[in-house]
Amino acid sequence: MSRKELLSKIGLRQDGRRAEELRRIRCKLGVFTQPDGSAYLEQGLTKVLAAVYGPHQVRGGRSKAQHDAAIINCQFSMAVFSTGERKKRPRGDRKSTEISIHLHQALLAAVKVELYPWSQIDVYVEVLHADGGVFPACVNAATLALIDAGIPLKEYVCACTASLANNNVAMVDISNQEETLGGPVLTVVALPMSAKIVHMEMSQRFHLDHLPKVLNLALQGCKDIKAILDDVVRQHVKDIGSSTGWSQTNRKQ
Amino acid sequence: MLTTKIFIRKNRAGNFLKNIREHYLRDDIHCGISNCHDCPPNSNISPATHENKCSLYNFNHYLVLDTNVILHQMDLLEEDAMCNVIILNTVLEEVKHRNLPIYKRLNNIMENTDRNFYLFPNNFHIECYIAQDKLEVINDYNDRCIRRACTWYMQHVPDAKFVLLTDDVANRQLAAEENIYCCSVENYVAHLENCGSLQDKLAHHDGHSISKSDDIFPPHLTTLEIHKGIKENKLYQGVYHASRDNFLEGYVVVEESDGTPMQIIVQGRVGQNRAVQGDVVAVELFNVKEWTAPSDLVFEDEGLVESGVDEVLRKEAELNVGKGKKEAEDRKPTGRVVGVIRRKWRQYCGILQQDGDASGLYQLFVPAEKRVPKIRIQTRQGVFLRTQKIVVTIDLWPRHSRYPEGHFVRALGAIGDQATENEVVLLEHEVPHNQFSEQVLKCLPKLPWIITDADVEARVDLRDIDICSVDPPGCTDIDDALHCRPLTKDTFEVGVHIADVSHFIRPGTALDVEAANRATTVYLVNKRIDMVPELLSSNLCSLRGGEERFAFSCIWEIDKNAKILNVRCHKSIIRSRKAMTYEEAQITIDDKTKNDSIAISLRNLNMLAKILKRKRLENGALVLASPEVKIHMDSETMEPLDVEVKKLFETNSMVEEFMLLANISVAEIILEAFPDCAMLRRHPEPPVSNFDPLIKVGKNLGFDIKVDTGKHLAESLDEAVNANNPYINTMLRILATRCMMQAVYFPSGIYEKSNFFHYGLAVPLYTHFTSPIRRYADIIVHRLLAVTVGSDATYPDLLDKQKSKLLCNNLNYRNRMAQYAGRASVAFNTHLFFRNKVQDEEGYILCIRKNAVQILIPRYGLECTLYLAEKGQSSAYFQYDVEEQTQKCGDITLHAFDPVTVRLSLDSSNVQHEKFVLKLVHPYIEGFSLPPLNVPSKRKGDSKNKNKSHEKRKKQLH
Repeated sequence: MSRKELLSKIGLRQDGRRAEELRRIRCKLGVFTQPDGSAYLEQGLTKVLAAVYGPHQVRGGRSKAQHDAAIINCQFSMAVFSTGERKKRPRGDRKSTEISIHLHQALLAAVKVELYPWSQIDVYVEVLHADGGVFPACVNAATLALIDAGIPLKEYVCACTASLANNNVAMVDISNQEETLGGPVLTVVALPMSAKIVHMEMSQRFHLDHLPKVLNLALQGCKDIKAILDDVVRQHVKDIGSSTGWSQTNRKQ
Repeated sequence: MLTTKIFIRKNRAGNFLKNIREHYLRDDIHCGISNCHDCPPNSNISPATHENKCSLYNFNHYLVLDTNVILHQMDLLEEDAMCNVIILNTVLEEVKHRNLPIYKRLNNIMENTDRNFYLFPNNFHIECYIAQDKLEVINDYNDRCIRRACTWYMQHVPDAKFVLLTDDVANRQLAAEENIYCCSVENYVAHLENCGSLQDKLAHHDGHSISKSDDIFPPHLTTLEIHKGIKENKLYQGVYHASRDNFLEGYVVVEESDGTPMQIIVQGRVGQNRAVQGDVVAVELFNVKEWTAPSDLVFEDEGLVESGVDEVLRKEAELNVGKGKKEAEDRKPTGRVVGVIRRKWRQYCGILQQDGDASGLYQLFVPAEKRVPKIRIQTRQGVFLRTQKIVVTIDLWPRHSRYPEGHFVRALGAIGDQATENEVVLLEHEVPHNQFSEQVLKCLPKLPWIITDADVEARVDLRDIDICSVDPPGCTDIDDALHCRPLTKDTFEVGVHIADVSHFIRPGTALDVEAANRATTVYLVNKRIDMVPELLSSNLCSLRGGEERFAFSCIWEIDKNAKILNVRCHKSIIRSRKAMTYEEAQITIDDKTKNDSIAISLRNLNMLAKILKRKRLENGALVLASPEVKIHMDSETMEPLDVEVKKLFETNSMVEEFMLLANISVAEIILEAFPDCAMLRRHPEPPVSNFDPLIKVGKNLGFDIKVDTGKHLAESLDEAVNANNPYINTMLRILATRCMMQAVYFPSGIYEKSNFFHYGLAVPLYTHFTSPIRRYADIIVHRLLAVTVGSDATYPDLLDKQKSKLLCNNLNYRNRMAQYAGRASVAFNTHLFFRNKVQDEEGYILCIRKNAVQILIPRYGLECTLYLAEKGQSSAYFQYDVEEQTQKCGDITLHAFDPVTVRLSLDSSNVQHEKFVLKLVHPYIEGFSLPPLNVPSKRKGDSKNKNKSHEKRKKQLH
């Protein structure tokens, strides 16, 4: 038995959060100029960069091109310094490939691909610091980068993790420490406005009785994240607008 | 607000890694003081009603405790005297890290709302958090955190006062500089109201005997040195076991680098170096030249309260004298304890030593467990405590003190009193035996209890079937009943109906948690400690005759050769026609004039059981024996009247056989449904070396005992029969029983299937299903089976392999302890029975020692030692033959298993350890043996009142 509890008696987690509290999220759009869209997102200590190129002509084998939709090409990689021990391969290992595929699935649900037949959208995600919830952070960052690139989305696609503390209480946004202390991790990618689940993954089993509350908390987490992202996007648009004198005119009225 | 904690950690490969963690600081934490206006309102905070009255401070105050105060003074804190305490999270975490049992006890106190202990998470509070300085030691940092919290409180609630209790002088000084009221615990308690009894419970960690004498123990190595030593293979880590007979000797069980276990002997004051039974210690192994053999001397610690170390020195010298003579081959690895890695001190039962001044402040405590050293305590009520059995705990063992120093915890009752002795037995075996709490009792169904239509709907109605139960006389917790009816000419329907306890005990309730902790009902001679409250155990669950009860039924179709055609299980309602005793059932079977349906079904059951038993034995199941006795008690005076061996009827074996069958069938069903978390019971095959004593004895008697498989062992035991001495076979079986391993519960997910085997019963799968009233394992099995047959739903913990494993560990531990407690109780009552009695008894020699023979007295199930010579001397009469394992005197030779007659009496000179003294009567040896008593021992009439509450103790091996 581990001496460390995921959730103490007074309802605080190892890092001082309560069960239903997210970690601090900070993000920024348009961090690079080269790509068509980019974003930087911090979720707790997890730090992710995302860059979007496209839509552009399909590169490489033309055969991949689709006549009725754009193809999305996702690449996930982790910086060698992102974990405690240096990683040997930043990309291309089994776990990275898997996350790339999942990311692809998640984005496909939100991007209006049918608007861009015969074209391709590239999404590159790089993890600078991994501290739990790497995949959700990537999804959230990719959403922002897509928005920055001006690619039409059905709605925000957000992701969040949730777990079960002491086999009883659901808690949201799992940090690396909590992951290693044990407990199953449920990752949910959702379209928070329409409350649709796009992708769901679980690391361990727990009893079916607990699923509703854990899932609900994860979905709530997605909604909260959406609200935060939305604020940032609006602020960003305002900032860009202000450089064109847009907000000035606004104020005058 | 957010900050990060950064620390550097070394991983297994030896690389240094930097770890960074977030640390959120909050502003929404309540300070815990009820009339605080600045904090957000919180309904959970109750106003402080208690007033801390300490004459040092003329105002009411809140207490803040230092970590060491909690770690050392837990017994004091458990008293109700100190309330309104603020426990800081910094402190709580350190306590948890350093001592888990203390942490649990602290949690219990905090749960008691009357005490008003408030946990303040200071390290997450935005104003109380302080960062650790780069070069600051963790202890200093924690002290600083505590002081910071105190000053914050003083600022935050200016009209309340706070007192910091700490025994750390430096900390007190720093606190005083910051204008914090602070005080040492000893000083504080001394000035409390009604402090008399509290002061006894104070642990003294600064060494209260100001001794001018030199240190008599060598110092322990530091933790760092120990770790280094172990890593370099210079030191060994292991558990210290003290010798029962010699207080100057002990051994440490360590693992050699290749994993083989090794025993290292440690001798003398220097060798043992303050290790106490059970401690995890570091030992240094001597050169082979300095090795010695375990001494066969018996030394009792005769130290007095005020005596010095001279006596130990003398005995140590004696110990050394013996060494030179030892044969080289007898020498065993020897070493000395150089440090203690983890203390396993617990609370000990015992009495105060009766010498010296009874009213003196210092008293010497003698634990009931012989392997624990005497403990010096401070008390102001010595005169009273000398008449009592008391509980004492060890605080520390300084280098200059011959005995460990401890403090008084509580008194159990007068010495020699039966209730006190029961209490001691229960405490020493850690049997939970408090009254059931209100919460638990609330979970019970309301009376009158009626069967609703919904219940009938969900169950198979078997009320029209003639079911009966067969149990020991006086049994009130009847958990099994049987029926048998012919289906066709060749086939029968046989049903085993088990009390449906899981219907009443729902998972997760307080009742369930309590039952899981108790794990088993404990049977003492005159007392039963129930696992579930009496309403369930003796009424609603008990399948009493003539009453409608819920049952879980396991029903087979069996042909007349006892071949099972099919099996089904379901919940049912039954009405047992009659609750019979084994004897009644036997009479019913034998009485050919009786031909009612019960008699017929009993006869059929008996017939089938015999076939089942034969089949089982053919498969290699072992028939083992252990001398079990029943003690008849006078129901008024509660004094034992007679001791006798339990009588067995054919019906005992009949019931047992069907219970085994039910258990096996259920095990198969639940394992199929739950491959990962079925609760099963395994009995591992003992290592061949365990059988050495059995083989040796067998060889001396001319029997060849094969032990390679269970089947061969069973066969060779069957063949080992001597017509002249029919008891030999039983003796061999008793010896064989002692070679066995313990059977244990386990969740099926943690072992390979080949390890599920039950050696004693020779079946591949086994579990416990048939006694849910008195065993918790059966309740789990019932729940699993209920899910399998679709009459109940699972719940998370049931399917959690790890949780099941923890549960099994507890069940196994409690079962073992319950067994020991039962035996201890029988032993005590047998002693009580023999007080002031002298009797001649028939016995058999169990084994031969160098200066003694072990004798088994079957009538009382006693195993005693008959000394042929004073300890340490060779016998004047007998000659010992190592090869043949005999003792010879003239033309009389004593072999193992020879019948003898001995005179039995009780030596009560040691109040805590009464023991039997044997004298040889037959065979008669001039000068050694005694003439037989004129009065032959006679059985007392059976007409007396008997108390049979304990009779339901079935053999634990299954």
